Amino acid sequence: MVEEPTGERIPGRQPTGRLLPYGERGLLVEVDDLHRALALFELLAAARERLAGLEDVVAGARSVLLVAASPGALTAVRAEAQRALAALGSGEVPTAFHSGGPAPEQVVEVPVHYDGDDLADVAELTGLTVTEVVAAHTGTPWRVGFAGFAPGFAYLVDGDPRLRVPRRATPRPRVPAGAVGLADEFSGVYPRSSPGGWQLLGHTDLALWDLRRDPPALLRPGLWVQFTDADGAS
Amino acid sequence: MTTGEPAPYALLEVVEVGALSLVQDLGRPGLAALGVSPSGAADRAAHALGARLLAQDESLASLEVVGGLVVRALGSITAVVTGTHAPVTVDDRPTGTNAPFLLHAGQVLRIGRPSAGLRSYLGVRGGVAVAPNLGSRSHDTLSGIGPAPLEPGQQIPVGRPTGPAGGNLLVDVAPTRAPATGQVVLDARPGPRLDWLADVARLTTTAWTVGAASDRVGVRFEGPALDRVPGRASAEVPSEGVLRGAVQVPASGVPVVFLADHPVTGGYPVVAVLTGRACDLAAQLVPGQPVRLRLLGTP
Repeated sequence: MVEEPTGERIPGRQPTGRLLPYGERGLLVEVDDLHRALALFELLAAARERLAGLEDVVAGARSVLLVAASPGALTAVRAEAQRALAALGSGEVPTAFHSGGPAPEQVVEVPVHYDGDDLADVAELTGLTVTEVVAAHTGTPWRVGFAGFAPGFAYLVDGDPRLRVPRRATPRPRVPAGAVGLADEFSGVYPRSSPGGWQLLGHTDLALWDLRRDPPALLRPGLWVQFTDADGAS
Repeated sequence: MTTGEPAPYALLEVVEVGALSLVQDLGRPGLAALGVSPSGAADRAAHALGARLLAQDESLASLEVVGGLVVRALGSITAVVTGTHAPVTVDDRPTGTNAPFLLHAGQVLRIGRPSAGLRSYLGVRGGVAVAPNLGSRSHDTLSGIGPAPLEPGQQIPVGRPTGPAGGNLLVDVAPTRAPATGQVVLDARPGPRLDWLADVARLTTTAWTVGAASDRVGVRFEGPALDRVPGRASAEVPSEGVLRGAVQVPASGVPVVFLADHPVTGGYPVVAVLTGRACDLAAQLVPGQPVRLRLLGTP
């Protein structure tokens, strides 16, 4: 592991993360991979219950951003981050999530019309046929990794590894609401019309974000998504 | 006689809207897991000063005004205008900023175009009493959550003030410095990707101006580009959390400073983060205004 020059190495049995400064009330905890980031996010999100000075915990692809309610609360937040990293490093936290699989009540079924503009490109990039791309996308459940980008947008992880494709070289100025896409190790559904660079597989008619619903986001951390082929034979 | 919602204590009828007027309070922090930005008043200090002058809690909502606003009072309302240095009149008679005044029923309050600063805050005793969304009355321009921007003809409910009649208004006027019209220096502390910059000194020696595309999401600088260290030139950061005040250096190399309606995560390196006070100053910058950054040590 290469240590960042500005990073503060956490003592422990093995190198697990770095604390990076983020202004007067933020602290970015950087780790080496997505699963460590998600495990750390779960630990620290749980810490909000007992640490009043921890205003928010923001999951990223390789990091967790901790937001203190005030600059004065940052010291306690930093101590909490070090505790969580120590727990992560000593192997008390599982770093793979497929072992157990989701409980049925945690699975949200998302029917998809696989008619996206990038379906053929994804097939070419992955070396699969279009039918195989759809089969791979619907073959195993995806897990909600973290939210971001826009209200109701969830970065879905742990899908079929063959579907890893880069973002489009040029983002589209407008991606319609409900569009289902791929980028890097993620799948996701656009909650509202917006610019976007993900490879589009198709679209769903489900509302990803609805303020009349409580909670308004359909896909939240802790939930899994089973995509199904809305136009399929079954 | 009445059903459902209790009748509001008073109303503000919107007569004219300048560029944009929004209901704002302290926002809805802590909802990153839903992908929701904190939002809230862009200039926290100005919003909070209004609340203190009205002897009420800062969590009550005010109106954030860009480019002027004209409202008529339906009912008697104690009000205050903070934030910018702007002409304020009641029935065409000048009244001051940072000084509470009484709007009698039928009187017209006019907030003009500011001579310094960008965002005025119209605070009312009892607070703006529109229905909250996700625990806040703030309009988030990024997601559209919260009450819609003000429109002429609309009637804004004002809440019932608590405490004694007339309130505990102990301060006639708060002496405050008007927002700067010349170059503003924004204090920042190091961000997680400061070492991505080829020359950190250029972050604090470069003079930028405020771009016209600036809004509640962020202040877009215009001017020289910052270079990244070799090897990071075209790299993206894997999506990571973003905070109000984050100074992001996108592919163009010209910084963007995030304000209240920032996205929850971003993919460009954050090299510095403004202090809370500097965030308030940034929210008052007008397009074309010269701006620089000053880097303080790690807290």
